[in-house]
Amino acid sequence: MNEASLIGLFVATVSFAALLYLAALGELLSEKAGVLNLGVEGMMAIGAVTAFIAGVELGNPWAALAIAMMSGAALASVHGFFTVALGAEQVVSGLSLTILGLGLAAYLGKDYVGQPHGTELVPVEWAGLSDIPWVGPIFFSQSPIVYIAILMGVAVSVVLTNTRIGLALRASGESASSTDSAGHSVLGLRLSAVAAGGALAGASGAYLTLSLTPQWAEGLTAGRGWIAVALVIFGAWKPGRVGWGAILFGGTLALKTRLQTFGVDFSPIILSMLPYVLTLLILLVISVRSRKRPSPAPAGLGFPYRREER
Amino acid sequence: MRSKIAALLAVCVGLGFALVSCGSDDGVDTKAAFVYVGPVGDAGWTWAHDQGRQYAEEETGVETAYVEAVPEGTADFANHVRDFIDQGFNVIIGTSFGYMDDMVALAEEYPDVVFEHVSGYLMNDTNFGNTFGRMYEPRYLSGMVAGSVTKTGLIGYVAAFPIPEVIRGINAFTLGVQATNPNAQVEVIWTSTWFDPAVEGDSAQAVLDKGADVIAMHQDSAAAGEKAEAAGARWVSYNSDMSAFAPNAFLTAPVWTWGPRYVAIIEAAQDGNYSPSSYWGSMADGIVDLAPIASDVDQSVVDMVMEAKAAIIAGDLHPFTGPLNDQDGNQVLGAGEVMDDGAMLGMMFFVEGVIGSTG
Repeated sequence: MNEASLIGLFVATVSFAALLYLAALGELLSEKAGVLNLGVEGMMAIGAVTAFIAGVELGNPWAALAIAMMSGAALASVHGFFTVALGAEQVVSGLSLTILGLGLAAYLGKDYVGQPHGTELVPVEWAGLSDIPWVGPIFFSQSPIVYIAILMGVAVSVVLTNTRIGLALRASGESASSTDSAGHSVLGLRLSAVAAGGALAGASGAYLTLSLTPQWAEGLTAGRGWIAVALVIFGAWKPGRVGWGAILFGGTLALKTRLQTFGVDFSPIILSMLPYVLTLLILLVISVRSRKRPSPAPAGLGFPYRREER
Repeated sequence: MRSKIAALLAVCVGLGFALVSCGSDDGVDTKAAFVYVGPVGDAGWTWAHDQGRQYAEEETGVETAYVEAVPEGTADFANHVRDFIDQGFNVIIGTSFGYMDDMVALAEEYPDVVFEHVSGYLMNDTNFGNTFGRMYEPRYLSGMVAGSVTKTGLIGYVAAFPIPEVIRGINAFTLGVQATNPNAQVEVIWTSTWFDPAVEGDSAQAVLDKGADVIAMHQDSAAAGEKAEAAGARWVSYNSDMSAFAPNAFLTAPVWTWGPRYVAIIEAAQDGNYSPSSYWGSMADGIVDLAPIASDVDQSVVDMVMEAKAAIIAGDLHPFTGPLNDQDGNQVLGAGEVMDDGAMLGMMFFVEGVIGSTG
């Protein structure tokens, strides 16, 4: 193992972590407002394909990113309409969203499979900082989306804990009826949170086709959306902890193939199971602990709110 | 004179009838349907098959049809095939390994339909055969090109799963590398997926970080090539000419040319003399080939590769010829010994010069 390989491991860890973090932050927002959205994989796929198409057609990566975020938000709003406005079962609607998103992405992208990318978000060069050994390549030569992910993490954390709207949003996830009594629109809060979550999942998908693997093909998201859902549980619905979880899960992704170049004879198949095994373990810990203290999950998560019923 | 003409006419008409009735003995025209596992635009495996289908349609004049992105291991495959047969298609070509069990059953159910399975190993005595190609031949040639351009002496090989087909390719490639650069080594990274561009690209990055300056691959996406392009390294792709993805990195690629084989199957079905076989076609048969070599590669290297290609086609050069040692230095073939097909088809060891493990 040489120095470049080790640096490469951390570079890949940070970039995979950002991919997972963006999608997980979106899911966290949605769940904090009380709406479970299992459609992350579908929203990522839509973000990935629309970013790629926009990149080819418009040639501007930022426009492509914006379109991907809007598409993700639009798809999420379908889930919002059914679960929040109509009170449909969230698990069923979310799973449908994944299937719908994957299918729609495959359909939209059909003519773009195997095409070279139109544009990409090139890594940012920070004057001076990028040349620092170790720290430079790992933190200061990443795709702009990595910095966006970090900013988003801070923003979500600040909004949720330090603002009135954040408080109202969390309240709508904990106790929708008291939020309603306090004069907030549960419908509006939940719909906005779901749409914002979709936009972040769309950005995560765009990161794939604009930076990580600038090409489109069906199945490009390869299950990363599900890892994002697991990450929210892993991070106990806290933006900071989800961030550390993203680094851990991103690290296992990066390590999966790199262990081989380090000369370690360890099955990459077992490593790729690791995120899911870790999530199961965390679920176990949470459920054992919740006998003594309350679960970190929002109390109203998964329950539709109808004013007359409570 | 008039009677002679009349007689001649009669013969002609009679012959004409005979021909027509011959045709109608077959009942229906030959129509060939193809079932693909990926989208035809994938620039890789499925794209190459669809090129073959178009070629066969042009050459034989037979009507063809296809359905793309049909997953393995679901009821979809059989449903599509039945649908095609209902529409009068009587040659069914399935292009993915996982279709095999369904094809076995369908071939029994429809004895009048010809079934040909690409990349499988099962067949029957009447209407079901399989086709594959000796991809190790052009892999060897692509290795020669890679060996000639590496400066660091380390070549990365991003590969899906440790199965004989992939291992054979890695070994042939490595032997090709050693033909032009005896000291170069080939480092293998298993991705444990046929298609996950993020992992494929990152695996390429991992060997690039380690100092590799050429990347080869046995995968379905072009992600490895994009990483090579970004790092200023070179790239040997697979399946088809993927130079559009990484114009500066692209060196060459071992490629599939399915057209002539599909023509042969369709013509045999048309003439009613299709007989199933386990077809393992070579570069001499034209089913596998080497894509054009990048223009900046030294002409002397190109000449050497073309010479080797001619020798393989002529049967004078076999990539797996002894003396050949495995990774740990144990002798596999003695001097001058040529590996037989059985040993090649079950190959589960790396040759000397490969870094990595087969398990």
